[in-house]
Amino acid sequence: MAKRKLQEINAGSMADIAFLLLIFFLVTTTMESNYGIRRKLPPPPAADTPPPPKIKKKNVLEININGQDQMLIEGDLAQDKDIKPLAIKFITNNGKDPNMSDNPQKAIISIKHTRETTYKKYISVYNELLAAYNEIRNKYARQKFGKPFDQLTEEQQKIVKDAYPQKIAESMPK
Amino acid sequence: MGKFSKKKEGGTPAISTASLPDIVFMLLFFFMVATVMRESGEKKVQVNMPSADQVKKIEKKNLVTYIYVGKPIKKYQAKFGTAPRIQIDDAFADAKDVGPAFLKFKSTKREEEKPLLMTSIKADKDVGMGIINDIKEELRKVNALKINYSTKKGGVEANK
Repeated sequence: MAKRKLQEINAGSMADIAFLLLIFFLVTTTMESNYGIRRKLPPPPAADTPPPPKIKKKNVLEININGQDQMLIEGDLAQDKDIKPLAIKFITNNGKDPNMSDNPQKAIISIKHTRETTYKKYISVYNELLAAYNEIRNKYARQKFGKPFDQLTEEQQKIVKDAYPQKIAESMPK
Repeated sequence: MGKFSKKKEGGTPAISTASLPDIVFMLLFFFMVATVMRESGEKKVQVNMPSADQVKKIEKKNLVTYIYVGKPIKKYQAKFGTAPRIQIDDAFADAKDVGPAFLKFKSTKREEEKPLLMTSIKADKDVGMGIINDIKEELRKVNALKINYSTKKGGVEANK
């Protein structure tokens, strides 16, 4: 057989093939951003758990939500936007107002809701409470370390967290 | 002037497209890596998540179990009704299945990863808290204490 010169494969259509694949992946890609509110559940009750200590009523900010998504804070009708200022005032009271918390370590926020309360209402309330805590912690972090809370080291964050612990209790009456 | 006219002969040279496949391949690889084939094949419930702005991003997606809560989609409404249901993996489930599902997921993970496991609740904004509370109680029983309420990013005013 005569020696034939090896023909080169035309690679001109390679780009087309690659484009085809590219468009396929472009279309199927969902840059799924996954955001959410973090929460740590209380551990399951053990048999030998001591009864909860008596808590003074003034150290508890009571939030009640009924099945129609109406909300009472300490017995007064309130809207979502009222939560944050009220919570900040309550947590940072430090004994000034005799009807509010003695100090931030003792301040507890209690959320009571029913089975019919909608999830969106719960998330809204929860979000506003977190906003209140975040604002307080940021302010404290700026004062003490000159930086917002997110930029602190782990130990520094712990100091801030201990100064303003998040105490949110949830219950659903049967 | 003969010297100069010579230059014009060629005109503008065509831009070489030889590197085009390389560029396209680079893009291709990027999108191939970034693509996540949806973690659950089929959604059987409608989920329209509420909005919140005090949110954190989930980083370690492989350590997260997802629980969907919402109305069954149209196709299943004849069979399951319109009351909110729970979906785990690809199937409808009851609140009592939440615990076993988490333990099953946990058993596939390495020991050092186990404390980092998280459960993400993707619930529709109009479901009642009763069903969410049932899930939370079941999770507490199996010590799955790290949870995440999945939300959209935005102000709570959007939750009206």
